[in-house]
Order: sequence, then structure tokens, then C-alpha cells
Amino acid sequence: MSLNEFFHMGGYAAYVWSSYAIALVVLLANVVAPVRQRRKLFTQLARRARRERKKL
Amino acid sequence: MWHFFHQLGSPKHFYRIAGRWIPWLAVACVVSMLYGLYQGLLVAPTDYQQGDSYRIMFIHVPAAWMSLFIYVVMAGAGAIGLIWHMKLAEVVAISSAPIGASFTFLALITGSIWGKPMWGTWWVWDARLTSELILLFLYLGVMALYGAVEDKRTAARATAILALVGVVNIPIIHYSVEWWNTLHQGPTVTKFDTPSIDLRMLIPLLVMAVAFKLFYVVVLLMRARVEVLERERNTQWVRELVGSP
Repeated sequence: MSLNEFFHMGGYAAYVWSSYAIALVVLLANVVAPVRQRRKLFTQLARRARRERKKL
Repeated sequence: MWHFFHQLGSPKHFYRIAGRWIPWLAVACVVSMLYGLYQGLLVAPTDYQQGDSYRIMFIHVPAAWMSLFIYVVMAGAGAIGLIWHMKLAEVVAISSAPIGASFTFLALITGSIWGKPMWGTWWVWDARLTSELILLFLYLGVMALYGAVEDKRTAARATAILALVGVVNIPIIHYSVEWWNTLHQGPTVTKFDTPSIDLRMLIPLLVMAVAFKLFYVVVLLMRARVEVLERERNTQWVRELVGSP
């Protein structure tokens, strides 16, 4: 099978590759969301810790 | 063994143990997914009826399986949280909802894209498609309800009840292709007595299913860790963790 044939997908390229692209986006979003949430929470908690240290 | 489970039940130890498992599970997930994609896109032969369009199956079917599997996990964990007031079960239940919703969305959209060249339409209101769409709304309902209630423990209890009521939809989705005349095809994999699928197609399908399951575990642990931190933000161990990251 040539590279061209592979990308052509027997004429269904638009359907097959868009499905795989959407799948990739959905999977990536699932990884990115908790990473960002975690970062947000850590900055929030670190700010609180700094505030509390100032009070003391 | 009991000691291990007891430790896992404590948020602090869960946070630590999950953090140690995530990289290994992520590696296993990536490896199996790459192998599944290689087998599915390069090794598996072209279908004599559907041509190469059937290759959408390698994401569509595992995504649809996961949409059901995650729902059952979510409702089961919710029930455990309701009955035994186990905090970690509540965390697992609520962390599963957005992941399950995304897999349901993926199953619906890839099914739609597959349906266009094969059935000639993006969407039909048949039993399988409609019940899967209801599943998406159930997930979104669980997420909205959890977000709407201020107290996290009350929210977890309310969402667990909603999730449990929604379980009725799971057998409806599964048997919809047998109970009603649907445009959606019947099961080809679960009837193992007469395998109606080529082994070179079955293997990548099962490998992708394993990869998706691993993916779910990885992102579930990631989400659960953040949720645990959020809930335990006022405890000593979280303060120490933030103080010395």
C-alpha cells in the first residue's frame, strides 16, 4: 500500500480522517482539562499560603 | 492487601498512590493505542461492503463501549458513596462524568460521520442513536447538578441518585438494536459463537478498547487527584503539599 492510498482511504478520506481528528481532539482535551485545573488550584492555594504567612 | 485498600480509601494516600501510577498507565495507554492504530489503519484489510469507511469503527465502537462502561462505574461509585459515605467513591463518580460525556459525544459524532456515507444520512431518530443521545444528556445533567449545589457532599449525594435513576437507560441502549428495528447494525463482536468479523479487524478493535479503557483510568486518576485536593484544601497535608511542592 502506498502512502497516497493510505491517505486516500478508498475515497472515504474525509470521513475517516475527520473522525480520527475529532477523537484526537477529544482525548487531548481530556488530558489538558485536569492539568489546567490542577495548576489553577495550586496557584490559588499558594496565594492563600502566602497571605497566611504575612498575617503571622 | 486490606492495608492497601484501607490506605487507598484515605484521600492523602490515594493522592500519592495515584500520582505514582499515572505515568505507567499513561505509557501502557499510548503503546496500546499506537499498536491498535497501526493494526487498524495499516494491517486490517478493506471491508468488502463498506470499503475503508469501516475504519471509523476502531474509534466509534470503543468510544461507545466506554460511554456505557463509564456510566456504570459512575453510578456504581455513586451508590457506594451514598451507602457507605466513602469520600473517594464520590470523587470517582463525579470525576467520571465529564470523561463519560466526552466518550459519548465521540461515539455520537463518529457514528454520524460513519452514517453519512453508509446510510446516506448524518442522523436518524432510531432507538440506538436516540438512547445514546439521552445518555449524553444524563452525563451533562449529572455535571450540571453537581455544579449547581454549593456543598460538595450534598451535591455528590444528589448526583448519585440522578445517576442511579439513569442506569435504566443502559440496557435500553445495549438491547435497542435487538428490541427495535433500527438502522444501526446489530452486534458483531459480542456473539462469539459465530464470529462475523475478520480476526485482523477484531484484534485492533479489542486493542483500541483496551487503550481507551486505560485512557479512562489515567484521566480519571488525574481528575480525581485534583478533586481530592479541592475537597481537602483545608487539611494539614494539603497545606504541607502546597508549602513544599
